[in-house]
Amino acid sequence: MSQVDVITPGSQARSAVKPGEAPPESQAVQKPKKESKLQLFIRGAILPVAVLTIWQVLGSLGLVSKTLLPTPFEIWLAFYDLLISGELLRHLEISVWRAAVGFLLGGTLGLGFGLLVGLFRKFEHSVDPSIQMLRTIPHLAITPLFILWFGFGEFSKILLIAKGAFFPLYVQTFLGIRSVDSKLFDVARVLEFSRFKQITKLVLPAALPNILLGLRLSIGVAWLGLVVAELMGSSEGVGYLILDARQFSQTAVVFVGIVIFALVGKGSDSLVRVLEKKLLKWRDSFNG
Amino acid sequence: MSVYALDIDLPHKWFQTPQGTRIEALHNIQLKIKQGEFITVIGPSGCGKSTLLKIIAGLDTDHQGTVLLEQTQVVQPGIDKGFIFQEHRLFPWLTVEKNIAADLSLKDPDVRRRVAELIELVKLQGFEKAYPRELSGGMSQRVAIARALLRNPKVLLLDEPFGALDAFTRSHLQEVALNIWEQNRTTMILVTHDIDEAVFLATRVVVMNARPGTIRKIVPVDLPYPRKKASSSFLELRKLVLSEFERVEELELIDSSGI
Repeated sequence: MSQVDVITPGSQARSAVKPGEAPPESQAVQKPKKESKLQLFIRGAILPVAVLTIWQVLGSLGLVSKTLLPTPFEIWLAFYDLLISGELLRHLEISVWRAAVGFLLGGTLGLGFGLLVGLFRKFEHSVDPSIQMLRTIPHLAITPLFILWFGFGEFSKILLIAKGAFFPLYVQTFLGIRSVDSKLFDVARVLEFSRFKQITKLVLPAALPNILLGLRLSIGVAWLGLVVAELMGSSEGVGYLILDARQFSQTAVVFVGIVIFALVGKGSDSLVRVLEKKLLKWRDSFNG
Repeated sequence: MSVYALDIDLPHKWFQTPQGTRIEALHNIQLKIKQGEFITVIGPSGCGKSTLLKIIAGLDTDHQGTVLLEQTQVVQPGIDKGFIFQEHRLFPWLTVEKNIAADLSLKDPDVRRRVAELIELVKLQGFEKAYPRELSGGMSQRVAIARALLRNPKVLLLDEPFGALDAFTRSHLQEVALNIWEQNRTTMILVTHDIDEAVFLATRVVVMNARPGTIRKIVPVDLPYPRKKASSSFLELRKLVLSEFERVEELELIDSSGI
Protein backbone atom coordinates (compact mmCIF):
# COMPACT_ATOMS: atom_id res chain seq x y z
CA MET A 1 0.00 0.00 0.00
CA SER A 2 2.98 2.30 -0.36
CA GLN A 3 2.09 3.14 -3.91
CA VAL A 4 0.30 6.40 -4.28
CA ASP A 5 -0.98 7.84 -7.47
CA VAL A 6 -0.19 11.51 -7.46
CA ILE A 7 -2.67 13.47 -9.49
CA THR A 8 -2.86 17.18 -9.01
CA PRO A 9 -5.64 19.27 -10.60
CA GLY A 10 -4.71 20.50 -14.04
CA SER A 11 -1.70 18.25 -14.47
CA GLN A 12 -1.39 15.01 -16.29
CA ALA A 13 -1.61 11.81 -14.33
CA ARG A 14 1.84 10.77 -13.30
CA SER A 15 3.05 7.25 -12.90
CA ALA A 16 3.05 5.83 -9.40
CA VAL A 17 5.39 7.67 -7.10
CA LYS A 18 6.44 5.88 -3.99
CA PRO A 19 6.73 8.11 -0.92
CA GLY A 20 10.34 9.01 -0.28
CA GLU A 21 11.23 8.56 -3.93
CA ALA A 22 12.03 11.58 -6.06
CA PRO A 23 9.51 12.28 -8.80
CA PRO A 24 10.68 11.15 -12.27
CA GLU A 25 11.38 14.69 -13.51
CA SER A 26 14.42 15.28 -11.42
CA GLN A 27 15.88 11.95 -12.40
CA ALA A 28 15.32 12.70 -16.07
CA VAL A 29 17.58 15.77 -16.03
CA GLN A 30 21.20 14.66 -15.94
CA LYS A 31 24.05 17.13 -16.04
CA PRO A 32 26.96 15.95 -18.22
CA LYS A 33 29.71 14.77 -15.90
CA LYS A 34 33.17 16.24 -16.37
CA GLU A 35 35.62 13.43 -16.87
CA SER A 36 38.25 13.53 -14.20
CA LYS A 37 41.87 13.10 -15.14
CA LEU A 38 41.79 9.75 -13.39
CA GLN A 39 38.93 8.53 -15.50
CA LEU A 40 40.71 9.58 -18.68
CA PHE A 41 43.88 7.84 -17.53
CA ILE A 42 42.01 4.65 -16.75
CA ARG A 43 40.34 4.75 -20.12
CA GLY A 44 43.68 5.06 -21.89
CA ALA A 45 45.20 2.30 -19.78
CA ILE A 46 42.57 -0.37 -20.41
CA LEU A 47 44.00 -1.53 -23.72
CA PRO A 48 47.65 -1.79 -22.70
CA VAL A 49 46.73 -3.51 -19.43
CA ALA A 50 44.58 -6.02 -21.29
CA VAL A 51 47.38 -6.76 -23.72
CA LEU A 52 49.89 -7.22 -20.91
CA THR A 53 47.60 -9.56 -19.05
CA ILE A 54 46.98 -11.79 -22.06
CA TRP A 55 50.69 -11.77 -22.81
CA GLN A 56 51.63 -12.81 -19.29
CA VAL A 57 49.07 -15.58 -19.27
CA LEU A 58 50.24 -16.94 -22.61
CA GLY A 59 53.82 -16.91 -21.44
CA SER A 60 53.16 -18.47 -18.05
CA LEU A 61 51.18 -21.28 -19.67
CA GLY A 62 54.18 -22.03 -21.81
CA LEU A 63 52.34 -21.35 -25.03
CA VAL A 64 55.11 -19.08 -26.30
CA SER A 65 58.83 -19.72 -26.37
CA LYS A 66 60.70 -17.77 -23.69
CA THR A 67 63.45 -16.84 -26.08
CA LEU A 68 61.09 -15.37 -28.62
CA LEU A 69 58.75 -13.65 -26.24
CA PRO A 70 59.58 -13.39 -22.57
CA THR A 71 56.73 -12.63 -20.21
CA PRO A 72 56.16 -9.14 -18.84
CA PHE A 73 57.29 -10.43 -15.49
CA GLU A 74 60.64 -11.57 -16.83
CA ILE A 75 61.07 -8.27 -18.57
CA TRP A 76 60.36 -6.55 -15.30
CA LEU A 77 62.99 -8.69 -13.56
CA ALA A 78 65.58 -7.88 -16.19
CA PHE A 79 64.72 -4.22 -15.86
CA TYR A 80 65.05 -4.35 -12.10
CA ASP A 81 68.45 -6.04 -12.29
CA LEU A 82 69.80 -3.50 -14.73
CA LEU A 83 68.46 -0.67 -12.65
CA ILE A 84 69.98 -1.89 -9.41
CA SER A 85 73.37 -2.48 -10.97
CA GLY A 86 73.37 1.05 -12.28
CA GLU A 87 73.97 -0.19 -15.79
CA LEU A 88 70.64 1.00 -17.09
CA LEU A 89 71.16 4.53 -15.93
CA ARG A 90 74.65 4.66 -17.33
CA HIS A 91 73.52 3.59 -20.78
CA LEU A 92 70.46 5.76 -20.65
CA GLU A 93 72.51 8.80 -19.71
CA ILE A 94 74.78 8.33 -22.68
CA SER A 95 71.91 7.85 -25.08
CA VAL A 96 70.04 10.86 -23.84
CA TRP A 97 73.18 12.99 -24.00
CA ARG A 98 73.81 11.95 -27.61
CA ALA A 99 70.25 12.63 -28.62
CA ALA A 100 70.21 15.98 -26.84
CA VAL A 101 73.41 17.24 -28.42
CA GLY A 102 72.34 16.02 -31.85
CA PHE A 103 68.91 17.56 -31.44
CA LEU A 104 70.28 20.90 -30.26
CA LEU A 105 72.69 21.03 -33.15
CA GLY A 106 70.24 20.02 -35.83
CA GLY A 107 67.26 21.74 -34.31
CA THR A 108 68.95 25.08 -33.83
CA LEU A 109 70.23 25.05 -37.39
CA GLY A 110 66.82 24.01 -38.64
CA LEU A 111 65.10 26.81 -36.74
CA GLY A 112 67.69 29.33 -37.84
CA PHE A 113 67.59 28.41 -41.49
CA GLY A 114 63.81 28.17 -41.39
CA LEU A 115 63.65 31.72 -40.06
CA LEU A 116 66.04 33.08 -42.67
CA VAL A 117 64.32 31.33 -45.53
CA GLY A 118 60.87 32.28 -44.28
CA LEU A 119 61.64 35.92 -43.71
CA PHE A 120 63.81 36.67 -46.70
CA ARG A 121 62.75 35.67 -50.15
CA LYS A 122 66.23 35.95 -51.57
CA PHE A 123 67.44 33.45 -49.04
CA GLU A 124 64.63 31.13 -49.95
CA HIS A 125 65.51 31.17 -53.61
CA SER A 126 69.15 30.43 -53.09
CA VAL A 127 68.99 28.00 -50.19
CA ASP A 128 65.70 26.13 -50.12
CA PRO A 129 66.06 24.04 -53.30
CA SER A 130 69.30 22.53 -52.01
CA ILE A 131 67.83 21.84 -48.60
CA GLN A 132 64.82 20.15 -50.14
CA MET A 133 67.15 17.85 -52.06
CA LEU A 134 69.01 16.93 -48.90
CA ARG A 135 65.78 16.32 -47.09
CA THR A 136 64.76 13.45 -49.30
CA ILE A 137 67.97 11.51 -48.80
CA PRO A 138 67.00 8.58 -46.58
CA HIS A 139 68.52 8.39 -43.15
CA LEU A 140 69.55 4.79 -43.54
CA ALA A 141 71.42 5.56 -46.74
CA ILE A 142 73.41 8.29 -45.07
CA THR A 143 74.34 6.23 -42.03
CA PRO A 144 76.97 4.01 -43.66
CA LEU A 145 78.43 7.07 -45.34
CA PHE A 146 78.79 8.91 -42.06
CA ILE A 147 80.34 5.86 -40.47
CA LEU A 148 82.78 5.64 -43.35
CA TRP A 149 83.73 9.29 -43.01
CA PHE A 150 83.60 9.76 -39.28
CA GLY A 151 83.93 6.28 -37.88
CA PHE A 152 81.86 4.71 -35.16
CA GLY A 153 82.55 7.42 -32.64
CA GLU A 154 80.31 9.99 -31.03
CA PHE A 155 80.73 12.51 -33.81
CA SER A 156 79.10 10.43 -36.53
CA LYS A 157 76.20 9.53 -34.26
CA ILE A 158 75.57 13.11 -33.25
CA LEU A 159 75.81 14.23 -36.84
CA LEU A 160 73.31 11.60 -37.90
CA ILE A 161 70.88 12.69 -35.22
CA ALA A 162 71.39 16.33 -36.14
CA LYS A 163 70.65 15.63 -39.77
CA GLY A 164 67.34 14.10 -38.75
CA ALA A 165 66.40 16.85 -36.32
CA PHE A 166 67.17 19.61 -38.80
CA PHE A 167 64.38 19.07 -41.29
CA PRO A 168 61.13 19.07 -39.30
CA LEU A 169 62.05 22.33 -37.59
CA TYR A 170 63.26 23.83 -40.86
CA VAL A 171 60.12 22.95 -42.78
CA GLN A 172 57.70 23.87 -40.01
CA THR A 173 59.38 27.17 -39.21
CA PHE A 174 59.38 28.09 -42.88
CA LEU A 175 55.75 27.11 -43.24
CA GLY A 176 54.73 28.84 -40.05
CA ILE A 177 56.24 32.11 -41.12
CA ARG A 178 54.65 31.98 -44.55
CA SER A 179 51.27 31.15 -43.04
CA VAL A 180 50.99 34.38 -41.13
CA ASP A 181 47.76 36.13 -42.07
CA SER A 182 48.70 38.95 -44.42
CA LYS A 183 45.86 41.06 -43.05
CA LEU A 184 47.80 41.40 -39.84
CA PHE A 185 50.67 42.96 -41.75
CA ASP A 186 48.43 45.86 -42.73
CA VAL A 187 47.75 46.37 -39.05
CA ALA A 188 51.46 46.30 -38.31
CA ARG A 189 52.02 48.96 -40.95
CA VAL A 190 49.35 51.23 -39.52
CA LEU A 191 50.78 50.73 -36.02
CA GLU A 192 54.19 51.65 -37.41
CA PHE A 193 55.96 48.43 -36.42
CA SER A 194 59.65 48.48 -37.25
CA ARG A 195 60.98 45.51 -39.21
CA PHE A 196 62.31 44.10 -35.97
CA LYS A 197 58.96 44.46 -34.21
CA GLN A 198 57.26 42.94 -37.21
CA ILE A 199 59.38 39.85 -36.76
CA THR A 200 59.26 39.58 -32.98
CA LYS A 201 55.71 40.76 -32.35
CA LEU A 202 53.88 39.47 -35.39
CA VAL A 203 55.66 36.80 -37.39
CA LEU A 204 57.13 34.74 -34.56
CA PRO A 205 54.06 34.56 -32.32
CA ALA A 206 51.92 33.76 -35.35
CA ALA A 207 54.33 31.05 -36.48
CA LEU A 208 54.64 29.58 -33.00
CA PRO A 209 52.09 26.76 -33.41
CA ASN A 210 54.01 25.46 -36.42
CA ILE A 211 57.36 25.93 -34.75
CA LEU A 212 56.26 23.97 -31.70
CA LEU A 213 55.00 21.19 -33.93
CA GLY A 214 58.36 21.22 -35.65
CA LEU A 215 59.99 20.98 -32.24
CA ARG A 216 57.93 17.94 -31.33
CA LEU A 217 58.68 16.24 -34.65
CA SER A 218 62.36 17.08 -34.45
CA ILE A 219 62.67 15.59 -31.00
CA GLY A 220 60.95 12.46 -32.24
CA VAL A 221 63.21 12.15 -35.25
CA ALA A 222 66.28 12.86 -33.13
CA TRP A 223 65.35 10.04 -30.82
CA LEU A 224 64.75 7.67 -33.74
CA GLY A 225 68.03 8.79 -35.25
CA LEU A 226 69.69 7.84 -32.01
CA VAL A 227 68.27 4.35 -32.20
CA VAL A 228 69.53 3.90 -35.75
CA ALA A 229 72.93 5.31 -34.91
CA GLU A 230 73.37 3.13 -31.86
CA LEU A 231 72.13 -0.05 -33.50
CA MET A 232 74.58 0.47 -36.35
CA GLY A 233 77.41 0.10 -33.92
CA SER A 234 78.16 1.42 -30.49
CA SER A 235 79.98 0.50 -27.34
CA GLU A 236 77.57 2.05 -24.93
CA GLY A 237 74.06 3.39 -24.78
CA VAL A 238 70.64 1.80 -24.83
CA GLY A 239 71.18 0.68 -28.43
CA TYR A 240 74.34 -1.10 -27.40
CA LEU A 241 72.40 -2.72 -24.58
CA ILE A 242 70.00 -4.13 -27.12
CA LEU A 243 72.73 -5.30 -29.49
CA ASP A 244 74.65 -6.98 -26.70
CA ALA A 245 71.56 -8.68 -25.32
CA ARG A 246 70.60 -9.91 -28.76
CA GLN A 247 74.01 -11.51 -29.16
CA PHE A 248 73.46 -13.50 -26.01
CA SER A 249 69.77 -14.18 -26.71
CA GLN A 250 68.72 -12.18 -23.67
CA THR A 251 65.44 -11.24 -25.22
CA ALA A 252 64.11 -9.80 -21.98
CA VAL A 253 66.88 -7.22 -21.98
CA VAL A 254 66.10 -6.42 -25.60
CA PHE A 255 62.59 -5.69 -24.53
CA VAL A 256 63.79 -3.52 -21.69
CA GLY A 257 65.76 -1.50 -24.19
CA ILE A 258 62.78 -1.12 -26.47
CA VAL A 259 60.54 -0.07 -23.61
CA ILE A 260 63.09 2.49 -22.44
CA PHE A 261 63.27 3.93 -25.95
CA ALA A 262 59.51 4.17 -26.11
CA LEU A 263 59.17 5.76 -22.68
CA VAL A 264 61.81 8.43 -23.21
CA GLY A 265 60.42 9.19 -26.63
CA LYS A 266 56.92 9.58 -25.25
CA GLY A 267 58.20 11.56 -22.28
CA SER A 268 59.94 14.17 -24.38
CA ASP A 269 56.92 14.43 -26.62
CA SER A 270 54.71 15.04 -23.61
CA LEU A 271 57.06 17.74 -22.39
CA VAL A 272 56.64 19.65 -25.61
CA ARG A 273 52.89 19.15 -25.46
CA VAL A 274 52.83 20.77 -22.04
CA LEU A 275 54.77 23.67 -23.50
CA GLU A 276 52.31 23.83 -26.38
CA LYS A 277 49.34 23.91 -24.08
CA LYS A 278 50.81 26.77 -22.12
CA LEU A 279 51.95 28.86 -25.05
CA LEU A 280 49.05 28.18 -27.38
CA LYS A 281 46.05 28.59 -25.14
CA TRP A 282 44.86 31.44 -27.33
CA ARG A 283 44.22 29.18 -30.27
CA ASP A 284 40.77 29.06 -31.72
CA SER A 285 40.70 25.68 -33.39
CA PHE A 286 38.88 22.37 -33.40
CA ASN A 287 39.62 20.22 -30.38
CA GLY A 288 38.05 16.99 -31.44
CA MET B 1 47.05 77.90 -47.55
CA SER B 2 44.81 75.13 -46.39
CA VAL B 3 43.11 75.18 -43.03
CA TYR B 4 41.74 71.75 -43.58
CA ALA B 5 42.63 68.65 -41.60
CA LEU B 6 42.51 66.64 -44.80
CA ASP B 7 42.97 67.93 -48.31
CA ILE B 8 42.43 65.20 -50.86
CA ASP B 9 43.18 65.77 -54.51
CA LEU B 10 43.28 62.61 -56.59
CA PRO B 11 42.94 62.99 -60.33
CA HIS B 12 43.39 59.29 -61.05
CA LYS B 13 43.79 55.90 -59.48
CA TRP B 14 44.19 52.92 -61.78
CA PHE B 15 44.07 49.21 -61.16
CA GLN B 16 45.79 46.65 -63.32
CA THR B 17 43.69 43.56 -63.89
CA PRO B 18 45.36 40.16 -64.15
CA GLN B 19 44.48 40.20 -67.84
CA GLY B 20 46.55 43.32 -68.26
CA THR B 21 43.90 45.97 -68.86
CA ARG B 22 43.80 49.14 -66.82
CA ILE B 23 40.67 50.07 -64.93
CA GLU B 24 40.19 53.55 -63.56
CA ALA B 25 39.10 53.01 -59.99
CA LEU B 26 38.96 56.64 -58.94
CA HIS B 27 38.57 59.77 -61.02
CA ASN B 28 38.98 63.34 -59.95
CA ILE B 29 38.36 62.93 -56.24
CA GLN B 30 38.55 66.31 -54.56
CA LEU B 31 37.59 66.49 -50.94
CA LYS B 32 38.43 68.97 -48.23
CA ILE B 33 37.70 67.98 -44.66
CA LYS B 34 37.82 70.24 -41.64
CA GLN B 35 39.11 69.20 -38.25
CA GLY B 36 36.46 67.47 -36.15
CA GLU B 37 34.15 66.56 -39.00
CA PHE B 38 32.44 63.19 -39.20
CA ILE B 39 32.42 62.22 -42.87
CA THR B 40 30.67 59.12 -44.14
CA VAL B 41 31.29 57.81 -47.62
CA ILE B 42 28.58 55.82 -49.29
CA GLY B 43 28.26 54.30 -52.71
CA PRO B 44 27.48 51.14 -54.63
CA SER B 45 29.73 48.14 -54.34
CA GLY B 46 32.89 48.60 -56.36
CA CYS B 47 32.75 52.38 -56.44
CA GLY B 48 36.18 52.67 -54.89
CA LYS B 49 35.21 53.96 -51.47
CA SER B 50 37.46 51.49 -49.69
CA THR B 51 40.24 52.24 -52.15
CA LEU B 52 39.85 55.91 -51.39
CA LEU B 53 40.07 55.26 -47.67
CA LYS B 54 43.21 53.20 -48.08
CA ILE B 55 44.79 55.96 -50.12
CA ILE B 56 43.97 58.48 -47.41
CA ALA B 57 45.53 56.11 -44.87
CA GLY B 58 48.66 55.73 -46.89
CA LEU B 59 48.14 52.01 -47.26
CA ASP B 60 47.90 52.48 -51.00
CA THR B 61 50.48 54.78 -52.53
CA ASP B 62 49.99 53.81 -56.15
CA HIS B 63 47.97 56.79 -57.35
CA GLN B 64 48.15 60.17 -59.01
CA GLY B 65 47.55 63.16 -56.80
CA THR B 66 48.13 63.99 -53.17
CA VAL B 67 46.55 63.61 -49.79
CA LEU B 68 47.51 66.28 -47.32
CA LEU B 69 47.00 65.57 -43.64
CA GLU B 70 47.43 68.86 -41.77
CA GLN B 71 49.35 70.13 -44.73
CA THR B 72 51.81 67.22 -44.72
CA GLN B 73 51.68 64.77 -47.56
CA VAL B 74 50.63 61.24 -46.73
CA VAL B 75 53.21 58.77 -48.08
CA GLN B 76 52.83 55.77 -45.80
CA PRO B 77 50.50 54.41 -43.13
CA GLY B 78 50.98 55.48 -39.55
CA ILE B 79 49.46 55.85 -36.13
CA ASP B 80 48.29 59.36 -36.98
CA LYS B 81 45.88 57.79 -39.44
CA GLY B 82 44.11 55.23 -37.31
CA PHE B 83 42.50 52.53 -39.43
CA ILE B 84 39.67 50.20 -38.54
CA PHE B 85 39.16 47.35 -40.99
CA GLN B 86 36.01 45.42 -41.68
CA GLU B 87 37.45 42.44 -39.82
CA HIS B 88 38.78 43.16 -36.36
CA ARG B 89 42.30 41.98 -37.19
CA LEU B 90 43.32 41.55 -33.61
CA PHE B 91 46.40 39.51 -32.77
CA PRO B 92 44.89 36.19 -31.65
CA TRP B 93 47.71 35.42 -29.24
CA LEU B 94 47.24 38.59 -27.20
CA THR B 95 44.66 39.43 -24.57
CA VAL B 96 42.37 42.42 -25.02
CA GLU B 97 44.56 44.80 -23.04
CA LYS B 98 47.72 43.57 -24.75
CA ASN B 99 46.07 43.95 -28.15
CA ILE B 100 45.18 47.54 -27.37
CA ALA B 101 48.71 48.24 -26.18
CA ALA B 102 50.16 46.21 -29.09
CA ASP B 103 53.83 47.13 -29.26
CA LEU B 104 53.66 49.46 -26.27
CA SER B 105 54.46 48.00 -22.90
CA LEU B 106 51.77 47.57 -20.27
CA LYS B 107 54.50 47.99 -17.69
CA ASP B 108 54.45 51.71 -18.47
CA PRO B 109 51.95 53.25 -16.04
CA ASP B 110 50.89 55.87 -18.57
CA VAL B 111 50.09 53.19 -21.10
CA ARG B 112 48.24 51.14 -18.52
CA ARG B 113 46.17 54.10 -17.45
CA ARG B 114 45.28 55.07 -20.98
CA VAL B 115 44.40 51.47 -21.89
CA ALA B 116 42.09 51.30 -18.87
CA GLU B 117 40.43 54.56 -19.93
CA LEU B 118 39.87 53.27 -23.43
CA ILE B 119 38.49 49.97 -22.21
CA GLU B 120 35.98 51.98 -20.24
CA LEU B 121 35.20 54.14 -23.24
CA VAL B 122 34.38 51.16 -25.43
CA LYS B 123 32.65 49.44 -22.53
CA LEU B 124 34.72 46.33 -22.27
CA GLN B 125 35.45 46.41 -18.55
CA GLY B 126 36.04 42.93 -17.21
CA PHE B 127 37.39 41.61 -20.50
CA GLU B 128 40.93 42.90 -20.19
CA LYS B 129 42.43 39.41 -20.00
CA ALA B 130 40.17 37.75 -22.54
CA TYR B 131 41.53 36.38 -25.80
CA PRO B 132 40.01 37.33 -29.17
CA ARG B 133 38.59 33.86 -29.60
CA GLU B 134 36.42 34.49 -26.54
CA LEU B 135 34.99 37.73 -27.89
CA SER B 136 32.03 38.39 -30.14
CA GLY B 137 32.43 40.31 -33.40
CA GLY B 138 31.17 43.54 -31.88
CA MET B 139 33.49 43.27 -28.91
CA SER B 140 36.48 42.58 -31.15
CA GLN B 141 35.75 45.65 -33.21
CA ARG B 142 35.59 47.69 -30.05
CA VAL B 143 39.04 46.44 -29.12
CA ALA B 144 40.27 47.42 -32.59
CA ILE B 145 38.86 50.90 -32.12
CA ALA B 146 40.51 51.22 -28.71
CA ARG B 147 43.79 50.08 -30.23
CA ALA B 148 43.64 52.82 -32.84
CA LEU B 149 42.60 55.47 -30.33
CA LEU B 150 45.44 54.69 -27.94
CA ARG B 151 47.74 56.33 -30.44
CA ASN B 152 45.83 59.60 -30.58
CA PRO B 153 45.31 59.62 -34.32
CA LYS B 154 44.77 62.87 -36.15
CA VAL B 155 42.12 61.15 -38.21
CA LEU B 156 40.26 57.90 -37.66
CA LEU B 157 39.45 55.94 -40.81
CA LEU B 158 36.84 53.21 -40.66
CA ASP B 159 36.32 50.85 -43.59
CA GLU B 160 32.82 49.37 -43.30
CA PRO B 161 33.63 48.57 -39.69
CA PHE B 162 30.20 47.34 -38.70
CA GLY B 163 29.34 45.55 -41.93
CA ALA B 164 29.91 42.07 -40.56
CA LEU B 165 27.76 42.62 -37.47
CA ASP B 166 24.07 42.13 -36.79
CA ALA B 167 21.69 45.08 -36.70
CA PHE B 168 21.60 45.40 -32.93
CA THR B 169 25.35 45.32 -32.48
CA ARG B 170 25.73 47.69 -35.41
CA SER B 171 23.39 50.18 -33.78
CA HIS B 172 25.25 49.91 -30.53
CA LEU B 173 28.64 50.41 -32.13
CA GLN B 174 27.38 53.41 -34.07
CA GLU B 175 26.66 54.97 -30.71
CA VAL B 176 30.11 53.97 -29.47
CA ALA B 177 31.58 55.70 -32.53
CA LEU B 178 29.60 58.84 -31.77
CA ASN B 179 30.65 58.77 -28.12
CA ILE B 180 34.27 58.57 -29.15
CA TRP B 181 33.81 61.36 -31.62
CA GLU B 182 32.06 63.57 -29.12
CA GLN B 183 34.74 63.00 -26.51
CA ASN B 184 37.79 63.63 -28.63
CA ARG B 185 36.42 65.42 -31.68
CA THR B 186 38.80 63.33 -33.79
CA THR B 187 38.18 63.80 -37.49
CA MET B 188 36.39 60.63 -38.62
CA ILE B 189 35.89 59.16 -42.07
CA LEU B 190 33.66 56.14 -42.20
CA VAL B 191 32.94 54.12 -45.32
CA THR B 192 29.64 52.28 -45.34
CA HIS B 193 27.00 50.78 -47.59
CA ASP B 194 24.25 51.44 -45.06
CA ILE B 195 22.38 54.67 -45.75
CA ASP B 196 20.91 54.85 -42.26
CA GLU B 197 24.35 54.58 -40.78
CA ALA B 198 25.71 57.21 -43.16
CA VAL B 199 23.06 59.78 -42.26
CA PHE B 200 22.98 58.87 -38.58
CA LEU B 201 26.65 59.50 -38.00
CA ALA B 202 27.76 62.14 -40.46
CA THR B 203 28.17 65.87 -40.48
CA ARG B 204 28.52 65.38 -44.23
CA VAL B 205 27.69 62.41 -46.43
CA VAL B 206 29.80 61.84 -49.53
CA VAL B 207 27.88 59.92 -52.17
CA MET B 208 30.00 58.18 -54.78
CA ASN B 209 29.49 56.87 -58.29
CA ALA B 210 31.09 53.73 -59.56
CA ARG B 211 33.25 52.93 -62.58
CA PRO B 212 35.12 55.14 -62.31
CA GLY B 213 34.67 56.15 -58.71
CA THR B 214 33.79 59.80 -58.50
CA ILE B 215 32.09 61.99 -55.95
CA ARG B 216 28.56 62.45 -57.05
CA LYS B 217 27.27 64.69 -54.30
CA ILE B 218 28.13 65.81 -50.81
CA VAL B 219 25.11 66.07 -48.54
CA PRO B 220 25.54 68.12 -45.38
CA VAL B 221 23.64 66.78 -42.39
CA ASP B 222 22.78 69.62 -40.05
CA LEU B 223 20.76 67.66 -37.54
CA PRO B 224 21.73 67.90 -33.90
CA TYR B 225 23.10 64.89 -32.06
CA PRO B 226 21.87 62.48 -30.81
CA ARG B 227 19.77 61.77 -33.84
CA LYS B 228 16.60 59.77 -34.03
CA LYS B 229 16.43 57.43 -36.98
CA ALA B 230 12.67 57.74 -36.95
CA SER B 231 12.41 61.54 -36.84
CA SER B 232 10.99 63.29 -39.88
CA SER B 233 14.04 65.44 -40.50
CA PHE B 234 16.21 62.33 -40.43
CA LEU B 235 13.95 60.54 -42.87
CA GLU B 236 13.99 63.59 -45.17
CA LEU B 237 17.74 63.56 -45.39
CA ARG B 238 17.73 59.83 -45.76
CA LYS B 239 15.38 60.16 -48.71
CA LEU B 240 17.65 62.79 -50.22
CA VAL B 241 20.68 60.56 -49.98
CA LEU B 242 18.73 57.57 -51.17
CA SER B 243 17.52 59.45 -54.23
CA GLU B 244 21.12 60.22 -55.12
CA PHE B 245 21.89 56.59 -54.63
CA GLU B 246 19.01 55.45 -56.75
CA ARG B 247 19.95 57.84 -59.48
CA VAL B 248 23.41 56.35 -59.35
CA GLU B 249 21.90 52.91 -59.68
CA GLU B 250 19.64 54.06 -62.51
CA LEU B 251 22.63 55.38 -64.34
CA GLU B 252 24.34 52.07 -63.83
CA LEU B 253 21.35 50.24 -65.20
CA ILE B 254 21.34 52.47 -68.25
CA ASP B 255 25.05 52.02 -68.71
CA SER B 256 24.96 48.29 -68.55
CA SER B 257 21.83 47.82 -70.63
CA GLY B 258 23.37 49.73 -73.51
CA ILE B 259 20.55 52.25 -73.83
